[in-house]
Amino acid sequence: MLKPIFWEQVMKKILFVGTAITVFILFFIIFYILKNGLAVVDMEFLLSSPKDFGRAGGIFPCIVGTIVLSLVAIIIATPLGVGTSIYLSEYTRESKLTSIIRFGTDCLAGIPSIIFGLFGFVLFVVYLGLGWSILSGGLTIAFMILPTIIRTSEEAIKSVPDYYREVSLSLGGTKWQTIVKVVLPSALPGIVTGIILGVARSIEETAIVIFTAGSVLRIPTSLFDSCRTMSVHFYILAREGISMENAYGTATILIITILLINAFAYWLMHRLMAKYS
Amino acid sequence: MEDKIIIKDLNLYFDTHHVLKSINLNIKANEILSIIGPANSGKTSFLRTLNRLNDITSAVKISGEILLDGMDIYKKGISLPWLRRKVGMVFALPVPLPRSIFENIVYGPRLNGVTSKDRLEELVEKTLKSAFLWDEVKDRLHTSGTKLSGGQQQRLCIARSLALEPEVILLDEPCSGLDPLSTSKIEEALYELKKQYTIVLVTNNTKQAARVGDNVAFFLMGDMIEYGSSEHIFTVPNDKRTEDYITGRFG
Repeated sequence: MLKPIFWEQVMKKILFVGTAITVFILFFIIFYILKNGLAVVDMEFLLSSPKDFGRAGGIFPCIVGTIVLSLVAIIIATPLGVGTSIYLSEYTRESKLTSIIRFGTDCLAGIPSIIFGLFGFVLFVVYLGLGWSILSGGLTIAFMILPTIIRTSEEAIKSVPDYYREVSLSLGGTKWQTIVKVVLPSALPGIVTGIILGVARSIEETAIVIFTAGSVLRIPTSLFDSCRTMSVHFYILAREGISMENAYGTATILIITILLINAFAYWLMHRLMAKYS
Repeated sequence: MEDKIIIKDLNLYFDTHHVLKSINLNIKANEILSIIGPANSGKTSFLRTLNRLNDITSAVKISGEILLDGMDIYKKGISLPWLRRKVGMVFALPVPLPRSIFENIVYGPRLNGVTSKDRLEELVEKTLKSAFLWDEVKDRLHTSGTKLSGGQQQRLCIARSLALEPEVILLDEPCSGLDPLSTSKIEEALYELKKQYTIVLVTNNTKQAARVGDNVAFFLMGDMIEYGSSEHIFTVPNDKRTEDYITGRFG
């Protein structure tokens, strides 16, 4: 029989190898894309429009499209998601209904985005006649990121200790005053994290955008214009063999954007935590 | 002295658990009523019926009447914020909200629509003095309330409940986590406060009840076993169970 001390050593090594593989893959992907992409990235690439379907020129319209589309999605999803989580955690008691709602949001989180894309296409693009537009795309992406925002906000709100609520109520606060003045400030770091995760997901989303916002390579001027995001641009450049160099260039900007957003999220979360606790 | 609060045949259930059984009790104005009893005797639940804080827990059922100045606080149409401004509460754990000392105290008045800066500053000074905390914190009113020591935090919580200018103050084992020095400071404050307020003090410390209480009620398993003046209860209790408890034979 082998001694526990032997297993201790073996397990420690196995777990270390697992961690090492994970970190290696992450860095390998980032390194590979940066190595292939950084060569074409310069101010010109960032700030000029594509020429010849993207074989030459930059990706400026795609950067604008990505920002606008994510913004629309987050503006729609944040009040809906945070509102739902406040309602679920503060205004309902645990019942069959709330567990069904929770089960529903969890299922929603697991639906492949291409299904959302098809749903958005049928409902917004065709039935409501919004066409391939930023509005159709933003609405559909908002639905996709809703469960993320609901669940993270709900966890954050639930982790606010009950005694804060009791203190506020015992000082003559109404329920809504208590939520606004005590619960939400304490839950803010968690809520913001959820929203930023939502932003990151809408930036990297591809299938939904193709189905609902289209892929027109122009700077959009209204919510009813079609637009192309960086992810879609990358997909088209690579898939149709237009220009692998520019595809990697686009991917580089995409990855840098996501890294910046995550860094910003960490920074903001620590600031908020320092402020409210 | 006249009765501030009259409790008639009060029963409280959490789900099927019968927490308070037919409590009848009169609380006189400007007295300190101490409530003593072992754990799970319903002391805290009783206290929380007086400002209806039990209502926020699910599955609570209450019967009977609680009259505050003759008005039934469980009557339909009673505003809970109004009731809780009249009946202030200090919890067992000192819980300053995560904001400054100043902001902690003006939290209640602000919710109630007091905005004048002079008025708020006046309230802060007055209440901190009543809670015997002013001298220790007057130079750092805008630092976080959570940075104070345990005893100071609890006095801050007392000041915070005074800022609502209540008529009754409920204290739920306010000294349970405090050292003897902090405890004596709070008892000193209570002794001064009863001139203006009616105080209900739940305590695990029978000596504290004997020191500060005018009257004492002894609770056991949801029943009120005995009620009387402090001298009477702590010298010649009528009930054998009261005697056993205060002499430390159980609990």
